[in-house]
Amino acid sequence: MLLDFVLNGIETSWSVHPGESLFEALRRHGRLEVKGNNCGNGECGACTVLLEGVPIPSCALLAGRAAGKRVETVSSLGTLEHLHPLQQAFLEHSAVQCGYCVPGILLSMKALLARESTPSREKIAIALSGHLCRCTGYLQQIEAVEALGSSHPSAAETNAANCQDREGDTDGR
Amino acid sequence: MDAKRSVGASPIKIDGPSLVTGQSVYADDIQLPGLLYGKILHSPFAHARIEEINTAKAEKLHGVALVLDHRSVPRKAYTTAGQGYPEPSPYDNFIFDHTVRFIGDRVAVVFADSLEEAEEGLSLIEVRYHELPAVFDPAEARRPGAPRVHEEPEIQGAFDPARNLVTHLDLEIGAVEEALALAPVRVKGTWSTPFYQHVPMETHITLSWLDERGRLVLRTSTQVPFHVRRILSRILDLPLWKIRVIKPRIGGGFGGKQEVLLEDLCALATLRTGRPARIELTREEEFVSSRLMHPMDVRVRLGAGRDGILQVLEMEILSNTGAYGTHGATIFFNAGSKTLPLYNKAEHVRFAGDVVYTNLPVPGAYRGYGATEGYFALECAMDELAGRLGLDPLELRRRNHIRSGESSPIFRKLGEGREGVPQIIASCGLEECIELGRRAIGWDEKRSRPRQVGSHTFRGLGMGIFMQGSAIPLVDMAAATMRMNEDGSFQLFIGATDIGTGSDTILAQIAAEVLSVPLERFVVTSSDTDLTPFDKGAYASSTTFLSGEAVRKCALALGEKILAVAAVLLSEPTEELLLVEGVARSTATGKQVTLEEIGMRCFYLAGQQQLEASASHVSEVSPPPFSAHFAEVEVDTETGCIKPLRYVAAVDCGQPIHPGQARGQIIGALVNGLGFALSEELRFSPRGAALNPNFFDYKIPTSLDLPEIETIFVHTEEPSGPFGAKSVGEICINGPMPVIANAVYDAVGIQLKRAPFTPESVLRLLGKL
Repeated sequence: MLLDFVLNGIETSWSVHPGESLFEALRRHGRLEVKGNNCGNGECGACTVLLEGVPIPSCALLAGRAAGKRVETVSSLGTLEHLHPLQQAFLEHSAVQCGYCVPGILLSMKALLARESTPSREKIAIALSGHLCRCTGYLQQIEAVEALGSSHPSAAETNAANCQDREGDTDGR
Repeated sequence: MDAKRSVGASPIKIDGPSLVTGQSVYADDIQLPGLLYGKILHSPFAHARIEEINTAKAEKLHGVALVLDHRSVPRKAYTTAGQGYPEPSPYDNFIFDHTVRFIGDRVAVVFADSLEEAEEGLSLIEVRYHELPAVFDPAEARRPGAPRVHEEPEIQGAFDPARNLVTHLDLEIGAVEEALALAPVRVKGTWSTPFYQHVPMETHITLSWLDERGRLVLRTSTQVPFHVRRILSRILDLPLWKIRVIKPRIGGGFGGKQEVLLEDLCALATLRTGRPARIELTREEEFVSSRLMHPMDVRVRLGAGRDGILQVLEMEILSNTGAYGTHGATIFFNAGSKTLPLYNKAEHVRFAGDVVYTNLPVPGAYRGYGATEGYFALECAMDELAGRLGLDPLELRRRNHIRSGESSPIFRKLGEGREGVPQIIASCGLEECIELGRRAIGWDEKRSRPRQVGSHTFRGLGMGIFMQGSAIPLVDMAAATMRMNEDGSFQLFIGATDIGTGSDTILAQIAAEVLSVPLERFVVTSSDTDLTPFDKGAYASSTTFLSGEAVRKCALALGEKILAVAAVLLSEPTEELLLVEGVARSTATGKQVTLEEIGMRCFYLAGQQQLEASASHVSEVSPPPFSAHFAEVEVDTETGCIKPLRYVAAVDCGQPIHPGQARGQIIGALVNGLGFALSEELRFSPRGAALNPNFFDYKIPTSLDLPEIETIFVHTEEPSGPFGAKSVGEICINGPMPVIANAVYDAVGIQLKRAPFTPESVLRLLGKL
């Protein structure tokens, strides 16, 4: 079957198998920035993407359910040369160890900051709670988002601006 | 601190941008044409002999390229433990065997064009098992007449397989029974831990292919690429040079990837079909068929004088190593060698125990490596002793802990499954750790206030002190190679294995510090057996300490070569030249030349040569990091719930090279330890089947389970470590079990002796169930 959706701002049309998860479809089509394929039922959060701006584990969503919707992966944030403020903050706070859970976490944090520009520690912890991370113990991740919230009063705007930059980047693909 | 220094700063990890942008860095993030997908058939019985196995239907299935079982692979006993040679673990494992020893053991593997076809192939394999009596309880397993887990004649290195004993030891210093009988104050108890899993976010995964010369290449999630190459070479009878092992970025290890678990099967598939092959464990397989932590019953007996000085220290352990003995002996030894020297005042010390086979899944290395189980018992016993003596628990520790300039006979008696190495403690910040932790948690005020804070809520405070080691002395080696490019940038080649710990960055910081050049001028290539020098791998708290010292020596040697060229260019004596911020400068005349000028001259102009150096390092000592942990908890006596409110960890890891990453090691380890204390346990049915091998039923801590955490560095200067550094990776996982138990004891007076401390166990001890 054919899946028409908007991936990181780009109109996309993929053939997907019935019964295939969005995660499987993304990986099969070479979107290797989506990590984590081994709990398979939404328990760990590593494969999280944004569906219409809402974080969702892509392994727990049938690919077909993304039809007509906006899907964002971590590639909708920054690039190696131009990191998104969230990515920069995670690195500056040593909030990344193995990094396997991080692309998913960054998307949940992006969604949080879009809702609320200066979230409290409690709100950050709640937004993080759908993600398992065994390396960091979460604290430096919470500190990174907290610092970002307080230093960037309009984090949501930054996010939006950054998304537009990325559309330009990926047009040629 | 000097702003230009690399060591002691917390720069962004050099692999950080690639991780946060989702680059293709992990094992699975490459696409190989013609890839075969492997799936393993696991044993449904805890103990059985394979009478007959029929793979014909599977082999005929469309898309299936290869089926392997015990009839079609070499039979050579080995250990999956990724340790140095000769491995101190028994050779009790085969690629496939005709006997299966736990539910989840390997029976066969199918490689096919797709995962679905491989899975279908598995379902077509017909196996006739002859079920054998199984044994699950380690106490029962060592009794005469118990079912024997290993009957194969090839087994080597196990103490007494006929009695299911991998290891048996009884080591005594002084006269323990006599001294205990005379000791004015005595304490004894047994503390138990269950099966825990490492739970790396990336499960074990291996990809393999043949390079253009027909050599075998493995891209694998391992902590020990060089040990993987050596072990594969032996069991596959393949020359070592025909194997290349690449460790890409790894999604967490924690000891679980100090094993050779999938590489042999992928290698066989690629060698036999010529095609690339891949196996990735599912989460359930990771729980059941990779590795776990050794469940232990640790009995401790203490004897002390009225002055609070320990006279007798005894630890006796029963360790369950499951169906295979990988890391069984060494972890047991470490449970003593990393704990008993902490209290070196005791003249009478005994360390004894058995490591026993059972028909359960297989424990292996786990961060903490036995010290975690040992400290749970020892530090809880110390609090009980403090109570008997009427002493503040903190004061009892102060009177007994080891200090710099002191030693312990245990260092020499207990090593890695054999005798150890004597050492005198050169750096110990434990007194300051205790003092700073005491103040941070508010020990004196809170210990003296009423425990009851609500109608059925009570608060308590607990503490404990800990040590670990830094590398395995006179066993493990690390090496580094460095080359200077003509623009004054550097290539750093290290076998050291960054599994998320930041070691690529930390080792480059050390090189940058020695040569006084900015970190960004280093290109780091690590963990590729074709490209990098040897390193033992990521284990035993050794990378910063051991590999770091290899890098420091290497950079010093390269620096001398650079200065020799500068001396010619500047016509100045070498002894008066220094490398300062990217130039070689004369301290006498101030004349200087840039590294780029030196590099261009060496490559193209005169005295042409590649400026490069290599160095290796083996340590004669294993300097312990030290730590004092404090926790405040709230216990609800209606629900039995324990809520950790505040946790303070004061840590002496010498000089932290990268404080941000070092703090990450502290927090990550102690949050994992909180899982041990409060929520994690892999449980089994009476026939040995895992009951909760998934994240819904095996609860690791989430962001909502954190207490308020404070970390404190106590800086000491370790002379044997690079820039004064000691290890920090493991030590803090030892804290939460005893510290939380001690805090609960303080709050409501119950002694939790079996982890995890579930609400049910609390209510039971309170007499409410």
